[in-house]
Amino acid sequence: METKLRMVLPDQELLRLYEQMFLSREFEEHCAEQYTKGNITGFLHLYSGQEAVAVGATAGLHKEDYILSAYREHAQAIVRGADPKRVMAELFGKATGLCKGKGGSMHLFDPSLNFMGGYAIVGGQFPISVGLAFSAKYRNEDRITACFFGDGAVNQGTFHESLNWAQLWELPVLFICENNFYGIGTEVHRSSALASIHRRTCGYDIPSEKVDGMDVIAVYKAVKYAAEKVRETGRPYFIEAATYRFRGHSMADPGKYRSAAEHELWKSRDPLPGFAKRLLEEGIATRAALDAIEARCTVKVEEAVTFAEESPWPEDSEVREDIYV
Amino acid sequence: MSMSEMTYRDAINLALKEEMRRDPSVVVLGEDVALYEGSFKVTRGLLSEFGEERVKDTPISENTIVGVAVGAAMGGLRPVAELMTVNFALLAMDQIVNHMTKIHYMFGGQTVVPMTIRMPGGGGSQLGAQHSQSLETFFMHCPGMRVAYPATPADAKGLLKSAIRDNNPVIFLEHELLYNSKGEVPEDPEFLVPIGKAAVKRPGERVTIVAYARMTVLALQAAEELAKEGISCEVVDLRSLAPLDDDTVMASVKKTGRAVVVEECWRTCGLGAEIASRIFENCFDLLQAPVRRVSGLDVPMPYSRKIEKLCIPQAETIVQAVRDVVNGRY
Repeated sequence: METKLRMVLPDQELLRLYEQMFLSREFEEHCAEQYTKGNITGFLHLYSGQEAVAVGATAGLHKEDYILSAYREHAQAIVRGADPKRVMAELFGKATGLCKGKGGSMHLFDPSLNFMGGYAIVGGQFPISVGLAFSAKYRNEDRITACFFGDGAVNQGTFHESLNWAQLWELPVLFICENNFYGIGTEVHRSSALASIHRRTCGYDIPSEKVDGMDVIAVYKAVKYAAEKVRETGRPYFIEAATYRFRGHSMADPGKYRSAAEHELWKSRDPLPGFAKRLLEEGIATRAALDAIEARCTVKVEEAVTFAEESPWPEDSEVREDIYV
Repeated sequence: MSMSEMTYRDAINLALKEEMRRDPSVVVLGEDVALYEGSFKVTRGLLSEFGEERVKDTPISENTIVGVAVGAAMGGLRPVAELMTVNFALLAMDQIVNHMTKIHYMFGGQTVVPMTIRMPGGGGSQLGAQHSQSLETFFMHCPGMRVAYPATPADAKGLLKSAIRDNNPVIFLEHELLYNSKGEVPEDPEFLVPIGKAAVKRPGERVTIVAYARMTVLALQAAEELAKEGISCEVVDLRSLAPLDDDTVMASVKKTGRAVVVEECWRTCGLGAEIASRIFENCFDLLQAPVRRVSGLDVPMPYSRKIEKLCIPQAETIVQAVRDVVNGRY
């Protein structure tokens, strides 16, 4: 039986989670539109469908905790507090972008939010997460490191090297696998000998848990518990969130390797309407209140697009800046 | 400046100790660096002085050794990672090339990665194809990382201290055959050799020999030999391969009008090609002879002593190249 929402979080917090999920979805759908218009170029990996993971997980962490992610990280950055205007400007390649237009979609970074980057080499963020956790432990800081990655990354050597290392050195790392069942077009059963990903941590004696990644409250509760465990024990923990991306791997991918029936099944579990329904049923919000939240998000994203459009390009001289300190 | 004589190995060890004493954010990590005191004994005495919080043995996971150092550096430490030999850096090239050297740029200058990777390298010890490589060019090729490769104990101490204090990632190469070489080293704990600055190790008039690391030692031997024949050679020791100190190289070539570049690495796309090209671009009008390259042979290193020798430049090969350049035999 489902827990009543009010037993988990106060109303305002619950509404905030809904707003963050809606903002993420709205942001991504506008990105798709801007990509079609040619304002966003390069690779663009959208997060639509997976919102409950970023939103639930981030809510379960402290502000001081480090977050690292892969290349599908717009939502992680925005949910953490990155200004959607500056994220959109980064995707446009403008000077006002989060990384001055040098990073792009796959390399968002904001140290003021302890958002320590999106990394575009599959599995590249594992060792860096371990290193950040080591630095925090060395300096006696009360912060854990949350490392997001996809199901494809668990077959990289760095996954195994880093799990072993984090446990060996007793480092506070929370590994969060967003299992959306596809590494580009290869289904998890075709790439992983043990497709039940959370069970792979037994080789390193790291506790793990599987959670419904379409349920923001389930993710929140699991991550909050796991983060407390990591803080308390100083050791790693592993969460697998089962989720689904509604779009292809990137904008270049029509996703023909997935059946319409499968897509429909997951669509019916869309985390946004599902959560809205619960908020309404439990009397936490009225339809009008949700409409107001949604309208606010749409305006915010439209403002981000305008900001990105009107922002200046980087100066030519910028191309040689930041190679060395 | 008071000096004491010590080996290249001990000079590197001293640099590590001095920097760890000076700055508690300096940590050392790598395979067998703590309890075993390093495969080449460079980290001797570190564990006993600084303890296991700061001197860390790691799993045999090279890519993750570098990646953990990257993360730790972003988190405010100054890690010095040791890769047991440069050959194993190939396992860590993702973290070195895609992460360590890109993070500052691709995140718009918002973070720094103040770390050093120490790596012994070079050939000549009959270790065969997988343990005798000179991969310095691989690192020079990649913008964003500094590369130092000292020839003398004094430079080894001064360059490593600069590397540890630098806010950029630095590749610090050490030549395995130089570990036991001796030289005078300044005792001053503030003695630093700037990264990116070459040194004229022997002044001369008729030809410039550009070299680095063990090749500098051989170039100096060759210059000694050539002096007996009345050929005065200027030996420029690059000391740092990235950034390359064009000013010192070009000033020397402008003076002598001739250049021989000595590289231990493979000839094809090696650093000798880069330097020769830069000399042609900058000094063409003043050159009295084409620039000559003396290079490692383009083969995987063989084991047998007799043929291994053919693969690495020797003092005699440098002598012959200089004679050819001076005498107009190209």
